[in-house]
Amino acid sequence: MNVKHLDAARLRADFPILTREVKPGIPVVYLDSTATSQKPTQVLEAMDRYYRLSNANVHRGIHTLAEEATTLYEGGRERIQKFIHARSLKEIIFTRNATEAINLVAYSWGRANIKAGDSIVLTEMEHHSNLVPWQMLAAEKGASLNILPVTDEGELDLSSFDTFLRQSPKLVSFTYMSNVLGTINPVSEIAAQAHAAGALVLVDAAQAVPHLPVDVQTLGADFIVFSGHKMCGPTGIGVLWGRQTLLEAMPPFMGGGDMIKRVYLREFKPNELPYKFEAGTPAIAESVGLGAAVDYLSAIGMEAIHAHEQELIAYALERLEEVPGVKVYGPTAEKKGGVASFSLEGVHPHDVAQVLDRDGIAVRAGHHCAMPLHDRYQLPATTRASFYLYNTPDEVDKLIQGLYKVKKMFG
Amino acid sequence: MDDLYREVILDHYKNPRNQGTLDPHDFSYEDENPLCGDKLRIDVRLDENKRVKEVAFTGRGCAISQASASMLTETIMGKTLDEVKQIGKDDILEMLGIELGPVRLKCALLSLKVLKAGAYGIDGQHYHDDDE
Repeated sequence: MNVKHLDAARLRADFPILTREVKPGIPVVYLDSTATSQKPTQVLEAMDRYYRLSNANVHRGIHTLAEEATTLYEGGRERIQKFIHARSLKEIIFTRNATEAINLVAYSWGRANIKAGDSIVLTEMEHHSNLVPWQMLAAEKGASLNILPVTDEGELDLSSFDTFLRQSPKLVSFTYMSNVLGTINPVSEIAAQAHAAGALVLVDAAQAVPHLPVDVQTLGADFIVFSGHKMCGPTGIGVLWGRQTLLEAMPPFMGGGDMIKRVYLREFKPNELPYKFEAGTPAIAESVGLGAAVDYLSAIGMEAIHAHEQELIAYALERLEEVPGVKVYGPTAEKKGGVASFSLEGVHPHDVAQVLDRDGIAVRAGHHCAMPLHDRYQLPATTRASFYLYNTPDEVDKLIQGLYKVKKMFG
Repeated sequence: MDDLYREVILDHYKNPRNQGTLDPHDFSYEDENPLCGDKLRIDVRLDENKRVKEVAFTGRGCAISQASASMLTETIMGKTLDEVKQIGKDDILEMLGIELGPVRLKCALLSLKVLKAGAYGIDGQHYHDDDE
C-alpha cells in the first residue's frame, strides 16, 4: 500500500500557536509533543462552537440544548470507537487522562481480582502512571510486581518473561511506545504470551494512538488507555478501552450521578456501560474537541503521520550523532517513534533546554515521569526532543544549531 | 539576550569554589530536587564563636544550582549560625543577579535549603522551607 505523503508545511497553518513568536522575532520551534500536542483550529473551533451554541448538561435533559449537547458528547465517543476499531460504544470509557484510566482498572478490576500472593508483570520503561497504581495495589493486597528489564539499546529484554509467566501473573501491563526512548514494543507478541499464561493485558497507548494506526481487534490487548491532549485534542479527557465482558464484570470506580441506574437511600444499582464508569458531569466540550481531533487525524491518515515521524526521527538521529558529546538513548530509528532523548556531555539538561529556549526551541528536560528508566541508565535527567505531524526537518536543523550554541557556552 | 548565564554564574559553574567534603564537620546535610535530579551536600565547620570557619559542597545539577551553591559557600564564610538562618530567597536572587521562573527558582534555592536544614539541625530544630 502506498502511504500518501504528509505536507507538514501546509498542516502547520492549521495550528495557530505555531505562528506565534516566543520572543520578538523568534518563532516557536515546538519539539515537545510527547508531553502534549498542539491543537488545530478545527479542534478549537469545535469546542468554541459547542460552548457558544449548544452548551447544556448531557443525558436526561429534554430541552433542545441538552439534546444537542448529548449528541455532541456521544459523537466524540463514536469517533473514538471507529478510530481504534472497538466493537461497541460500551467499550469506550471517558476518563480525565490515560493516568486516570489506569487507576480505574487498578481500583475496579484490580481490587476485585488481585489477591495476596498474585503477581503483576510491568516493565522498566514504564511511565510513572503505569507503575504507581500497581505499586499501590500490590502493597494493599500483598501482591508482587515482576519487572521486565530494558537492554542497553533501549528495547525490552524478554529473557525473564517465561519465568515471570510461570508464576501465572494476573496482569501484564506495559507501554506500546516509550515516552523517553521512543521504543515501539512488540505488543501482539507479548500479549499472546501473556494470554497463553492466563494473564490479562493492559497496554499504555498514550504515545501510540496519537502517532500510529491502532486497531484493538488485532492488537491483542484487553485494556488500552490513552489521553486526548497528546493527539491534537484538549486536556481533561482520556480513554479507557476494555473488552466488554471484562468491563461488565468490573465493579464501578467512582460513585455519583450518571453512573447509576437506580438509587435508594442505602443502596444503588449501577448504570450500563459505558456510563457505569463515568460518574458526575463528564468533560463534554472536551469530548467534542477530541472528536474533532480524531476527524483531523483521520483525514490526514495515521499511516502518513507515522511515516512522516519516521522520516523526522531518522534525520534527527543522524544529525544528533554529528554533534560531539551527544548520546541518544533508545533503539535505532526504524524501531522507534518520533522521540529523541539525549544527554550532552558536561551540560545538565536544564541548561540545554534553557539555552535552546533562547532560540524559541521547546524541548523537555528532566526524568519525563520515568525515574526508574533514568536510574537504569544512571542518568538524573535527559533532554528530550519529540516530533509530531507539524514538525519539519528545518526544525531539526534549528535544534542542532542550538546544541552547538549550548556547547560553545559551556565548553 | 537574557543574562541567565551571566559570566559570573558560568565561572562559578565551571570553577566551583569550596568543592569537596569536610570530615570531621560540625554539620552536614544532603538533599535533592526530585524534579530534576539535582543533588547537593554541604559540610560546615564552625569556630569557637559558632561562626562558619570552613564550608564545602558536592553535588550534581544544572549551572544555576551548582553556581548558586558555590557562590553561597563564599557568602557565608565568617557568618554566625543565626546569620545563616536569616538568609532568604531574595538574598540568593540578589547574589545570583538574575530573574528566575518558578521551575528554575527551585534549582537556585536548593543550596540554601540544604544549608539551612543543616544549620537548624545542629540545634535539633527542624527547618521548615517556606519557599516550597
